[in-house]
Amino acid sequence: MPALLELENISKSFWGIRALDGAGLTVAAGEVHALTGENGAGKSTLMKIAAGLERADSGAIRFTGGAIAMIHQELLPFPEMTVAENICMGAESANAFGWLDKSAMRRRAAELLARLGVDVAPGARMGSLSFAGQQSVEIAKAVGQQASLLIMDEPTSALSARESERLFRIIAELKQRGVAVIYISHRMEEIFRLADTITVMRDGRHVATRPAREFDEAGLISLMVGRDFDAALARRPAKTGAIALEVRNLARPGAFGGISFALREGEILGLAGLIGAGRTEIASAIFGLEPAAAGEILVRGRPARITSPADALAHGIAMVTEDRRRYGFIGGMGVRENVTLGSLRRYCAGGFVRRGAEAAAADAQMRALSIRAASREQPVKYLSGGNQQKVVLARALLADPAILILDEPTRGIDVGAKTEIYGLISRLAAEGKAILLVSSEMNEILSLSDRILVIREGAIAAEVAPQRTTPEEILSYAMPQ
Amino acid sequence: MKRTRPWPPQLGLAIALAALMAGLALARPGFFTLGNLINLVRQISINGILAAGVTYVLLTGGVDLSLGSLVALTGVIAAGFAHPGGYGAAMAVAAGIAAGAVCGAINGLLVTRGRMAPFVVTLGMMTAARGLALLASGGRPVSNLSAAFTRIGSGDFAGIPLPSWILLAVALASHVFLRHMRMGRHVYAVGGNEAAARASGVHVNRVKMACYTVCGAMAGLAGVVLASRITTGQPNAGIGYELDAIAAVVIGGTSLNGGAGGIGGTILGALLIGVINNGLDLLNVSSYYQQVIKGVIIVGAVWLDRSKKS
Repeated sequence: MPALLELENISKSFWGIRALDGAGLTVAAGEVHALTGENGAGKSTLMKIAAGLERADSGAIRFTGGAIAMIHQELLPFPEMTVAENICMGAESANAFGWLDKSAMRRRAAELLARLGVDVAPGARMGSLSFAGQQSVEIAKAVGQQASLLIMDEPTSALSARESERLFRIIAELKQRGVAVIYISHRMEEIFRLADTITVMRDGRHVATRPAREFDEAGLISLMVGRDFDAALARRPAKTGAIALEVRNLARPGAFGGISFALREGEILGLAGLIGAGRTEIASAIFGLEPAAAGEILVRGRPARITSPADALAHGIAMVTEDRRRYGFIGGMGVRENVTLGSLRRYCAGGFVRRGAEAAAADAQMRALSIRAASREQPVKYLSGGNQQKVVLARALLADPAILILDEPTRGIDVGAKTEIYGLISRLAAEGKAILLVSSEMNEILSLSDRILVIREGAIAAEVAPQRTTPEEILSYAMPQ
Repeated sequence: MKRTRPWPPQLGLAIALAALMAGLALARPGFFTLGNLINLVRQISINGILAAGVTYVLLTGGVDLSLGSLVALTGVIAAGFAHPGGYGAAMAVAAGIAAGAVCGAINGLLVTRGRMAPFVVTLGMMTAARGLALLASGGRPVSNLSAAFTRIGSGDFAGIPLPSWILLAVALASHVFLRHMRMGRHVYAVGGNEAAARASGVHVNRVKMACYTVCGAMAGLAGVVLASRITTGQPNAGIGYELDAIAAVVIGGTSLNGGAGGIGGTILGALLIGVINNGLDLLNVSSYYQQVIKGVIIVGAVWLDRSKKS
């Protein structure tokens, strides 16, 4: 097959840190090409260079197709415009006077959506669609612009299982039409299901490119990590203590209701369920980000009134939020300032920050969590996703909470960093912290939790023990009836 | 570990300022005389105080358009308390600053609790405060002020005008607050990412309230200094001052999106504007041209800042 895209010997540095070091990639027309590697391996940077969003320091790019379109991890649509207007953005139908021909645009959009089998009304307001719907529209837009190569960066990270299925059908449809797809994902099942070819990157370099059938999961992971990977995550049975957190009949109309559970010291309680089932909303209510409308929260047996994260922190509850960019860190601030933000009081005397103590605390956290940054002053927006997540974790841990809420703690994070974070979570539980873990990854929730609550449509559908359940059982409770 | 920032962000501005001053000194020997330099630091003091105040608000990602009107209102109120045989100068100063702080707090309250855009809230305050200044003074300048009060604007200490000392004190205190205190760090956090700051336990509304209140109080201080210097409380004073203050902050490298910048840059920005005004006067450039040049410099400074970052 002829090469559609050839990237050769691409190098790129940010802030004196080498992101790409002679990386290369060849994509054939009409294939689904999985690009894998740990976060920070340079996948996203390489793709930004391919799409023309970044400029390479050196190297050659050859592209023989029509256009390259990138479907971002965080979508950038125009929420106040209609689906049709979004699809036709930059290629609007208009007459000689510049008068927009809205019905022609609507027709074109409808046709594109139908061709991909996307069930979305062209006249709907973009902002009213789910994330999955917006993503489908973005793909339709790319196809409408005659893209012969689509780059998808973690496209399923915010999709439910059913929405992912729909996306896979769209990808199959694209392939039929001769559109090539570069697929970046950390999810093994998806890679093996979709990819014709798999390329592994590590430390900004190309490691291997082979047909997908020549890989197996363990082999792929060991190529990504560059060392042997033990998939079995041993978690010692927990020695749990007194009840640290109890919620009674917690409710917020339209989000969740009748939520009651108790969490003990040293215990990891998993909240499983589909995306949109209300798990994040429950966690946010306990942390005070969006307080519940009704119900009680008891911390160590005493009723706690939590209406803001500051209240929660005062009660010894910290949370690592799912939406890292929005709630997690302050991009323009350095690692030091981000890490100490939640517990700055401790490094102050009379309201004045003691710089030495603060820097020492930040350094200690950077070592403890092996946060890789050029220095403690490097703005967090320049770190890789895994390191950003560790910064957020470091800040939560520095507050020394008795109760820790982790919402998708390893979302969009590479295998190596994931293993480190799993180890950390187990260690924290062993130290006696009470941990509420929200996760959409079956393996994660099964291997880490002591107990699992399955949340379905805002209510607790079942409680299961990880030793005596299966992913299938959990999914059956999680699916709406 | 070493710093990753190659140089302090305000270095370029400081170099530009030094080069400008050197050029002026060569072109006009009258520039580098003690008399002119004292004149210069006197001229910039009111804009400097306002710019320091509005730096707090801009750092949170907000804006305050009411400063000019607050200068007039607080000047009129302070002048009303400053008649000879009245309440005494200290009382007049306190009244002016307090009035400014109250107006600032109202701005803050509407922005935080009222969840309204700072632009709209402070635009309303700008209009309302001007009206209050006219009402309080009956539309006429409030004059006949005590000598103790007018000394604030006209007196000096160690050869340097008192308004410049006041600016120095305000700038130092603000710098220490923003860079070395917990609350100051929170100001940057709120401007950098409000949602993340809240999730980290920062009392976002409290921080914003404090910033608007401080900004209003500084406007009150500037109003007092101005009334004292011109020996009247002028209800029509201060028109357009808010924009000069914001210009100084922006030239100084503080982002209008909040979260980045600081008082050091603001003072350099105010100095740059002052030196340009002063220098163009010395060079006998008409004030019409001065406005054009100032406009170009505001945009140019931000443009340079931008191209440096990208």
